[in-house]
Amino acid sequence: MTVTVTTTINGDAEEFVCEADETLLDVLRDHLGLTGSKEGCATGDCGACSVMLDGRLVCSCLVLAAEAEGRQVETIEGMARGRELHPLQQKFLDAAALQCGICTPGFLVAAKALLERNPDPSETEVRYWLAGNLCRCTGYDKIVRAVLETAADMKSADMKSAGMKSAGMRSA
Amino acid sequence: MKRFDYVRPATVAEAVAAAAEPGAAYLAGGTNLLDLMKSGAAAPGRLVDVSRLPGLDRIEELPDGGLRIGALVRNADLAHDSDFARRFPAIAEALLSGASAQLRNAATVGGNLLQRTRCAWFADPASACNRRAPGSGCDARGGDSRQQAVLGWNEACVATHPSDFCVPLAALDAVVEIEGRAGRRAVAFEDFHRLPGQTPERETTLAQGELVVALRLPAGAEAFSANARYLKVRERTSFAFAVVSAAAALRLEGGRIAEARLALGGVAAKPWRCPEAEALLAGRPPGPEAFRQAAEAALAEARAPGDNAFKIELARRTAARALTLALAGTPARVPALPASPFAPVPGALVHA
Amino acid sequence: MPEITLTQDPVHLRHGSNIGRPLTRRDGLLKVTGAARYAADNNPKGLLHAVVAVSTVARGRVVALDVEAAMAHPGVVEVMTPANRPALAGDPDAKPNPLVFRLDLLQSDRVRYAGQPIALVVAETLEAATEGAVLLAPRYESEPPAVGLDDGERFVPTAVGPGAPAELRHGDVEAGLAAAAQAIEATYETPPQYHNPMEPHAVVARWDGDRLTLDTPSQAMAMARLRLAALFGIPPENILIRSPFLGGGFGCKGLLSGPQVLGVMAARLVGRPVKLALTRAQLYGPVGHRSPTRQRLRLGADGEGRLTALEHHTLMSSSRFDEFFEPASNASHALYASPAIATLHEAVRLDCGTPMFMRAPGEAPGSAALESAVDEMAEACGLDPLEFRLRNYAEVEPTTGRPFSSKALRECYARGAERFGWERRPLAPRSLRDEHGLLVGWGVGTAIFPALMFEAEARAVIRRDGGGTVEIGACDMGQGAWTALAQIAADAVGLDGERVEFRSGSSDLPDGGIAGGSAHTATAGSAIHSAGAAVVARLAELAMADERSPLFGAGNAGVVARDGRLHRRDDESRSEGYAEILERAGLAEVEARGKGAMDAAAQQRYAMQAHGAVFAEVKVDPDLGQVRVTRLVGAFAAGRIINPRMVVSQYYGGMIWGVSFALHEQAVMDRRSGRPMNADLAGYHIPVNADLPALETILVEEEDPHVNALGIKGVGEIGITGTVGAIANAVWHATGVRVRQFPITLDRLLG
Repeated sequence: MTVTVTTTINGDAEEFVCEADETLLDVLRDHLGLTGSKEGCATGDCGACSVMLDGRLVCSCLVLAAEAEGRQVETIEGMARGRELHPLQQKFLDAAALQCGICTPGFLVAAKALLERNPDPSETEVRYWLAGNLCRCTGYDKIVRAVLETAADMKSADMKSAGMKSAGMRSA
Repeated sequence: MKRFDYVRPATVAEAVAAAAEPGAAYLAGGTNLLDLMKSGAAAPGRLVDVSRLPGLDRIEELPDGGLRIGALVRNADLAHDSDFARRFPAIAEALLSGASAQLRNAATVGGNLLQRTRCAWFADPASACNRRAPGSGCDARGGDSRQQAVLGWNEACVATHPSDFCVPLAALDAVVEIEGRAGRRAVAFEDFHRLPGQTPERETTLAQGELVVALRLPAGAEAFSANARYLKVRERTSFAFAVVSAAAALRLEGGRIAEARLALGGVAAKPWRCPEAEALLAGRPPGPEAFRQAAEAALAEARAPGDNAFKIELARRTAARALTLALAGTPARVPALPASPFAPVPGALVHA
Repeated sequence: MPEITLTQDPVHLRHGSNIGRPLTRRDGLLKVTGAARYAADNNPKGLLHAVVAVSTVARGRVVALDVEAAMAHPGVVEVMTPANRPALAGDPDAKPNPLVFRLDLLQSDRVRYAGQPIALVVAETLEAATEGAVLLAPRYESEPPAVGLDDGERFVPTAVGPGAPAELRHGDVEAGLAAAAQAIEATYETPPQYHNPMEPHAVVARWDGDRLTLDTPSQAMAMARLRLAALFGIPPENILIRSPFLGGGFGCKGLLSGPQVLGVMAARLVGRPVKLALTRAQLYGPVGHRSPTRQRLRLGADGEGRLTALEHHTLMSSSRFDEFFEPASNASHALYASPAIATLHEAVRLDCGTPMFMRAPGEAPGSAALESAVDEMAEACGLDPLEFRLRNYAEVEPTTGRPFSSKALRECYARGAERFGWERRPLAPRSLRDEHGLLVGWGVGTAIFPALMFEAEARAVIRRDGGGTVEIGACDMGQGAWTALAQIAADAVGLDGERVEFRSGSSDLPDGGIAGGSAHTATAGSAIHSAGAAVVARLAELAMADERSPLFGAGNAGVVARDGRLHRRDDESRSEGYAEILERAGLAEVEARGKGAMDAAAQQRYAMQAHGAVFAEVKVDPDLGQVRVTRLVGAFAAGRIINPRMVVSQYYGGMIWGVSFALHEQAVMDRRSGRPMNADLAGYHIPVNADLPALETILVEEEDPHVNALGIKGVGEIGITGTVGAIANAVWHATGVRVRQFPITLDRLLG
């Protein structure tokens, strides 16, 4: 059974035709050329395919592509704004918080979701909330530190920008 | 996956009609069903996507003081609803102890009730399994028994129910609202899941096409909010099914237990309510002795189908510990390691 | 071929570039944006998808396949079975040398393990191919399989690991035991384990006549090319393998696996590009695993706590049809001094896929048992476990008497112990509790891994524009080859990193050797170093022979290369830039090749090992048995460190593998069917973030003038060793329960 799906991916309207049994992950990777989301298990056990679906972090391997109808999908490819990396991407890069890199897109998408919900997580919270992303290499330590440091950076940037605003300045 | 028709009904009535034929299955969060479809352990000919049915994603107050939770409320949303977590802390803790952030975001309340067993032989189409293929036998018997039941099992099936969420629901007398072609009915949680008996393939009371539309928590359930915990013993600190788990809730009056609730997870084909233990605790002063006796009572009928007898003693200890934690009081917020033995217990030495 | 451009934001180049600097990853930008292209990310025009059908029985024959049903499924293009697979020029069961492993390429209807490919379905979509494979509905004639270590007849293999003797006897163990004041015997078991890289094996294969191009992850491209050339009867030069990024390997992508070749065969059969990506479950069979082991250790010690005898016997398994024998006992060769040491191996044959090198093969399970036994001996002697280890410190390699090329283990012990606070450890078990009443235990383990070298070649070019190019077919499986080798390359040609184009990850470059055995940086780095030295020498010849050059006649004094200039060694004020030298010589560039290989003479004279000490703290729930590692400190000495950031990641990774080995991972085999019943990542537990504390590593400085010109040992595997034992010993210290079966699960601690 063929399904036509109209959706929004990384802010752009997208229409595709797929089979009912194709997952969102397969369509992203095989039809739309968005291969940043990885298939590590196809059963929701590793988090390498993490994407945002209507603002919630999910495993795209357990979502049928047909379910994306009318939804907003955000993938790793949409995380940077043009050449400007998201602070998490920049931190992972600066801190070399990655190894083979297969789990990295999933970790970044998941970490972004975490910080959006909880901008000031404790280390234990980061470790617990990123438990759905496996890294076999295994780079957990640097990843956790990178997320905590990004949270701290973003917080101090927020405070600075709030301060500047109160002083009648515009932040860049 | 076997090819299937995909339909997205607009109303509950349409959904129920669309799922009336054998071979049709409802799709909501998909976290369990798609997994089983990929392995071939499930092969529905039609998927009825109910995830957008209107009105089923709400949490509503009931006139009698109870709470009604729509079947499409996502596990994460329910757990993060601060009012809900305050009133039903053990349920919130159980929800947050399950699976991963990704899966909690996708999984629904209704779907969680309908989770299939994680028995490896059930998930493997090459194995005999009475639950998946009635009459084929049970290859789990004689296999590694770590995940197998110690209560309520028989030769036909030794599977366990994997849900965390359902354990405190069983303890707190939840009610399941079901819609079918004949209309709406309500089923006590205790009666919703079935033990294997001679028909292990019939896991719940649902008939073909019936749809779980909501879950109700009765007014009385909130009375336990000050002393309610969920404890989950597992092989990873997170993202692992329970080896054994327990939900415990106490209503204390004048230094005595006015009412106790206890249910176990990971030990049977259904969330296992422990009425004997509850009866034993009622009216007694709380403490290690009472909790130990209650735990003994809860596991009195337990027996091991394989070399998993350790689960019987582990379940006793888990039950006693959960009661101890409940007595120590519900923490102000769900611990950062929900339901973990490693979550700190402020001011209490529970491992003495 | 798509250009692999390791784009750098200028800010990331601010560190400069040479050996020893903690540069970030050159491949980092591609990886954090999702732009790094792994094998399965390639979707060439006209691509078809292939899915393998695998056997559900472990021993027998396929008697029926419903090819018609599969072919009838919409989208299915072809079904490949033993009946129609392309002819092969080479026999996949031939074994010309121990590093060629027998492959299952549909050569017959025979089934030799569960998970063996028995057919392959090619379709327009992945979904159609997947369903087609299901529709084959194979039927079998099966026999009861041999599944566990007690199921087969024991024998002594001719060799273990990559060709080591199965038995080594030094001194008289029985006499040593007889004379001992304390003697212990203990048996430890480790389960089958699977590599489980996060990226399942994938191949995208395309034939153009008798030329083959494939994208596939490989830890050894040149060897893979030779194997393919032999199997398909084409010259190796006709084969291009692109493997810029591996999504983890850990040994299971070291040698070409059967399914990767099946993808190539399918592409030939259908005459179109084919992608074959294994599912997670399909990694449990045809791509290798770590054999289960049962290890019996017998130790004797004198009244002073000095070993009088050490015997390490390992029983392990190989497949029924091929040879790989986990050399676990050899972990006892070089670590503790003892006048008598015997390391012995026996094997059984099981109906499983052939075991394979897996991160720290031999050392990982061997160290787990040895470090546990040494702890048990320390306890028997009433000694602190660290003190016991120091009393048995090997000043020379105990089995040969050779000196170590370098060994800073004593400092690893000291610095690790200090950081950990080891001196406050009470001797008696079950004597520490935290503020919540959880049992607390501290344990130590010694880490050791041999400093190996394979062979590699590199090419270096210096151009008239003052820049350079260094080429080597090296493999980045996450360890950081793109970064660390580029650092070596920059120093080798005397240029800033920005001026050197570093090309890697493809088989049309000089043979970078094997990314395995913790030897890749040492081997590929040595090749780069020598290629760089050779090209600089050529440039120097040009300058020194040219009387217009300030370096004219430097002759015996020689020159050094730095920042794109050659300087007279005896007068560094006299120098000339590369560009000027080439300009005047009228040359566009000079090039040279160099090789890296072990120095056989040095290898004869010295024992070469990296060392370390790992200290672990665990907490255990006294009633429920659940265990959590709460502190982990590792101090390692592994020669010269090229990039401390990459190295720390390797140590962390190894240590977490140690946690996994000690507490989590195991394949649960069905004794009747021979199938692993947890062939996924839900049931096969590897640690998640929440299982771990913040780790600490200490890089202990060590200069080694003998291992190779750069003084590099290896860092990729040593972290597992020591850690497993440290955790097991900490669990004992916490609980008083000695669990001799890995992983240590909570049921064994319930008491």
